[in-house]
Amino acid sequence: MTLLSIENLNAHFHTEDGAVRAVNGIDLNIEEGEKLGLIGETGCGKTVLGLAILRLLSENTKIEGKILYKGKNLLTMSDNEIRKIRGKEIAMIFQNPLSSMNPVLTVGTQVAEPVELHQHLKKQDAMRRVIEMLKSVKIPLPQERVKEYPHEFSGGMRQRAMIAMGLICMPSLIIADEPTTGLDVTIQAQIVELMKEVLRDSGTSMLLITHDLAVASELCDNIAVMYPGEIVEYGSVRDLFKDPKHPYTRGFLNSLPSKGFKPITGTSPSLINLPKGCKFHPRCSLATDKCKIKRPELIKVGKKHYVRCFLYD
Amino acid sequence: MKKYIAKRLAIAVIVMLGASLLSFLLLYFAPGNPAHAILTAQLGHDPSLEEVAFFMMKHDLNNPFLVQCSQWLYMITHLNLGTSFRTGEPVLMEFLDRFPATFELAFTSMLIALLIAIPVGILSALKQNSILDHSSRLVALCGVSMPNFWLGLVLIMFFSLKLGWFPCFGYGTASHLVLPAITLGTGLAAPLMRLMRASMLEVLRQDYIRTARSKGLSEHLVMWKHGLKNALIPVITHMGMQTGHLLGGAVIVETIFAWPGVGKFLVDGIYARDYPVIQGFVLVIALFFVLSNLAVDILYTYLDPRIRYDVENKK
Repeated sequence: MTLLSIENLNAHFHTEDGAVRAVNGIDLNIEEGEKLGLIGETGCGKTVLGLAILRLLSENTKIEGKILYKGKNLLTMSDNEIRKIRGKEIAMIFQNPLSSMNPVLTVGTQVAEPVELHQHLKKQDAMRRVIEMLKSVKIPLPQERVKEYPHEFSGGMRQRAMIAMGLICMPSLIIADEPTTGLDVTIQAQIVELMKEVLRDSGTSMLLITHDLAVASELCDNIAVMYPGEIVEYGSVRDLFKDPKHPYTRGFLNSLPSKGFKPITGTSPSLINLPKGCKFHPRCSLATDKCKIKRPELIKVGKKHYVRCFLYD
Repeated sequence: MKKYIAKRLAIAVIVMLGASLLSFLLLYFAPGNPAHAILTAQLGHDPSLEEVAFFMMKHDLNNPFLVQCSQWLYMITHLNLGTSFRTGEPVLMEFLDRFPATFELAFTSMLIALLIAIPVGILSALKQNSILDHSSRLVALCGVSMPNFWLGLVLIMFFSLKLGWFPCFGYGTASHLVLPAITLGTGLAAPLMRLMRASMLEVLRQDYIRTARSKGLSEHLVMWKHGLKNALIPVITHMGMQTGHLLGGAVIVETIFAWPGVGKFLVDGIYARDYPVIQGFVLVIALFFVLSNLAVDILYTYLDPRIRYDVENKK
């Protein structure tokens, strides 16, 4: 069953330099239990997409389209209704846990908030639940550590606490925004391992936003590749790694250290000044005149494999 | 923490001595003779040469500068602030007589300032660029631009002369306190309010506020539980400095309302070259400055657990 379905989503916001078109006509589905990876370079709008789902973008953002969660449109529901979804049905795990946790509140207080709020647990019961949760994300001595402040935690421990905070209400969907960025490589591996384990145990669906292909391939079933504001390729992890179709996806894979470390020439376009036609054409060695004028549609190239490129027309 | 406080208090002694010495230095080299100034005031006519000479001798004013300095140092290390040239009363008594009035005014006006500044500052941050925000900015601009003496006189004219609600000067009852406290408090509220607004806006942009919202917290809880404590830190800093100022007396407001506080007596002392009063008062006021800043530093540790003063003792 489809848990979350994003239909023709657009998110633009106005700045002094012009309109930033961060998300342009995105369609995505997440099934129950599915782990979907959203991959792209920094500044391609993937975080904006994640924040749009829970309506956490600033008020000057113009959002169009539909985000249906269990059939209800998150974008049109009242503030009260969306607050009952946040943290309870859909939870977020942010990157950079140091700045994402309040420096003046204890870790215990912050991890307890969702259960106090949504399950109306009393302070003591909530704290018991927090300690259980911290134990399950393998934080040693949780009884002691709940009383500590975020700055007293190491980077890896903070990210574990963030994960505990996200999962404490047993949400149906977790949106994890770069959960391993900024951590040491060894810690990254531990966090990926931990997420794999807790997600397997809880059966929670996940939207993993990352620029790290290795992390996505470890944790996800399917992957959507994003290039300034659009999905350019969608498929299972296997399809994408074995048989990448879009020139950008190929370039992305070739830039991995294990595949030769070859960067894609040029830089990704600014979201204010997007090129006409296919957004990748200025950097694409296979671009034709058609690519400069017309925007390609998503084309089906396999059972569950789609690509936005005229090469497969 | 105790060690830190002890260290700060030791520094306070140096600050006090320095401030007192500096004020004496300035006066000593400034034109004007205390004997002449004080005797003129006391006798009602220019004193004769003999009278001046007698006064100078009686108060050891003929001694060289360094000798006078060491005499002063000897006195204060024996907890004696000397006696006023003008009144003949001990300086400490003169100060203690006036300090309750100053404290009362300082406390009330700071309270008024906080009661205005914190809620209005928070509201303008929440409703950024709303009518409330713009009008509070306008009011704050007026608040900082209005000189105290002018506002004081306007308040007297309106509330005591026209409406007769409050007495226009004097000290004693609560109604005496209203006008001077409002005069001082509104001036203090304006910058505090702007600071509160800016600080709250800054905090609301932080990642942890987004995290709090992502958990489903209401805007109320986000604000009070996650925002306020973080946003108060710069406001408290400013408040601490202002409190130090206020405890030194508010000369203009005290003069307008005939408020028997520390500030007016000190300024009169300066005109009269009343050395013991100036040095003694500066010494005690410096102590209040240091103490109010120390209180702020201690308050920080309650607001922000990242601030600690005893890190070297922790392990």
